[in-house]
Amino acid sequence: MIENRPLLRWASHLVLILGVGIIFFPIYLTFIGSTQSAEQILGSHPLSLMPGGHFIDSYRLALFGGKTTAGASVGAAAPMLLVSLGSALIIAVGKIAISLLSAFAIVFFRFPFKKAVFWMVFITLMLPVEVRIGPTYEVVSQLHLLNSMAGLTIPLIASATATFLFRQFFLTVPNELVEAARMDGAGPMRFFKDVLLPLSGTSIAALFVIQFIYGWNQYLWPLLVTTDESMYPIVMGIKRLISGEVYVEWNLVMATTILAMLPPALVVVLMQKWFVKGLVDAEK
Amino acid sequence: MQPRSPFRSAWLPWALIAPQMGVILVFFFWPAGQALYQSVLQQDAFGGAVEFVGLENFRRLFADASYLESFQTTALFSALVAGLGLGLALLLAVAANRVVRGALLYKTLLIWPYAVAPVVAGVLWLMLFASPYGVIAYLLRLMGLPWDHVLNGHHAMALVVMAAVWKQISYNFLFFLAGLQAIPRSLIEAAAIDGASPWRRFWTIVFPLLSPTTFFLLVVNMVYAFFDTFAIVDATTHGGPGKDTAILVYKVYYDGFKAMDMGGSAAQSVVLMGVVIALTVLQFKWVEKRVHY
Repeated sequence: MIENRPLLRWASHLVLILGVGIIFFPIYLTFIGSTQSAEQILGSHPLSLMPGGHFIDSYRLALFGGKTTAGASVGAAAPMLLVSLGSALIIAVGKIAISLLSAFAIVFFRFPFKKAVFWMVFITLMLPVEVRIGPTYEVVSQLHLLNSMAGLTIPLIASATATFLFRQFFLTVPNELVEAARMDGAGPMRFFKDVLLPLSGTSIAALFVIQFIYGWNQYLWPLLVTTDESMYPIVMGIKRLISGEVYVEWNLVMATTILAMLPPALVVVLMQKWFVKGLVDAEK
Repeated sequence: MQPRSPFRSAWLPWALIAPQMGVILVFFFWPAGQALYQSVLQQDAFGGAVEFVGLENFRRLFADASYLESFQTTALFSALVAGLGLGLALLLAVAANRVVRGALLYKTLLIWPYAVAPVVAGVLWLMLFASPYGVIAYLLRLMGLPWDHVLNGHHAMALVVMAAVWKQISYNFLFFLAGLQAIPRSLIEAAAIDGASPWRRFWTIVFPLLSPTTFFLLVVNMVYAFFDTFAIVDATTHGGPGKDTAILVYKVYYDGFKAMDMGGSAAQSVVLMGVVIALTVLQFKWVEKRVHY
């Protein structure tokens, strides 16, 4: 601190505590709601701020499905969590794998039409999948990939963010290192495997965190390509619960919401260092 | 950045680049081309004959009052999301940059909503405002402000904006904090020795030096408000009441997949592509500036 101003310091703490409060209040309430029964929630004006006694009931019903007290049957969230996990992993790993290879080719090789290739990859940065949903949907349906893991993931891999990140990183690898590897007789693939990959460790980890969250949180695309319940990711589970025709089981909505939020939140908190690096790098 | 290409091989680079090329050709260029192509076609009401109509779809689009309204809605929505999101995040970042004790804890607690899916953010805020059990709706009723986002367009817009801002604060906060920490301490110390108050130091030194970060975040937030908020709108208001929260992305989805107007939807896609490209160019202009800065 430049000068000691206790008043400002307290004001800063106050602002931060208020900020944390605003961030956590909706989540706290949602958790509270998930520990109450559906009747308790609908009967309350407003929702009680103390946990109810139905924690286990709500989560068991949300995770494994079954009949609610009102007699409606509910789908299980556990398989949806698996679909989310699977697709998020495929998107993250797939994107990193194809980007590492193409960035390697772009930085370390000379070949005809390199500029054109570079620009073709570059232009994909500009258009998020939301902009071209209609035609992308048609392409996926013509390829008979609706309701498949491939249809759910591959179109989301088709963007070059990761390629650019790796390109930027590869450009900082000192020339001497490449020369040394060549002098020792290493071919390109050997250089890639034994020098470049180990060096890219932190970049890969950082990108993995970002892409995992990106994959997990996809909404519009799964909404279009999955019509079969067994292919629903968890976000679709939420969507289906809240669009119930007559009667929404809010305790289940809240329990499912908490379940959907936990895995990516854990990834951010546990891998905070890489997460911050990944975010900052991705925007360079 | 120096151009260098130490390895030579006639086939290896193509083999390395093939997976990426394959994916973007099939799932990017083909659909993008289709969008351009379909935007100049029109299908009759029975899904039969397809005819070439030139720019008719675009003409129809811009003559359509509801489309122009959707543009206005989107402009208002993204201005609110970017303005509030940046303002609050900057306030939090300045505070976090001042405190010593607990700084890491605050940071951890503030950044993790980045991981929350937009649809989840929408549901969280819906709970707070849903009648009859929503806590904030209840408090507002006590204060004599009956809340009804199902029928009142302003309330619906406020709800969507709050959820969108809540989710984006962590991202903005992180970048503002990094920007603040990159400002040389000596500058601020010099101003302090000259007797400038913290308030004055902030507006004459810190804020101008942060402007590259602010501008960058402005563009990112616009893109976020344009595209990533679809899930929030779909989960909370379905674009309603009426069309009061039907932002452009929601309309592309609705017209294409609910109203089955593929030509119109494709034309909208093309317009959106134009918007994103304009925003990206804006951002790159800024990157160039930053290099000389």
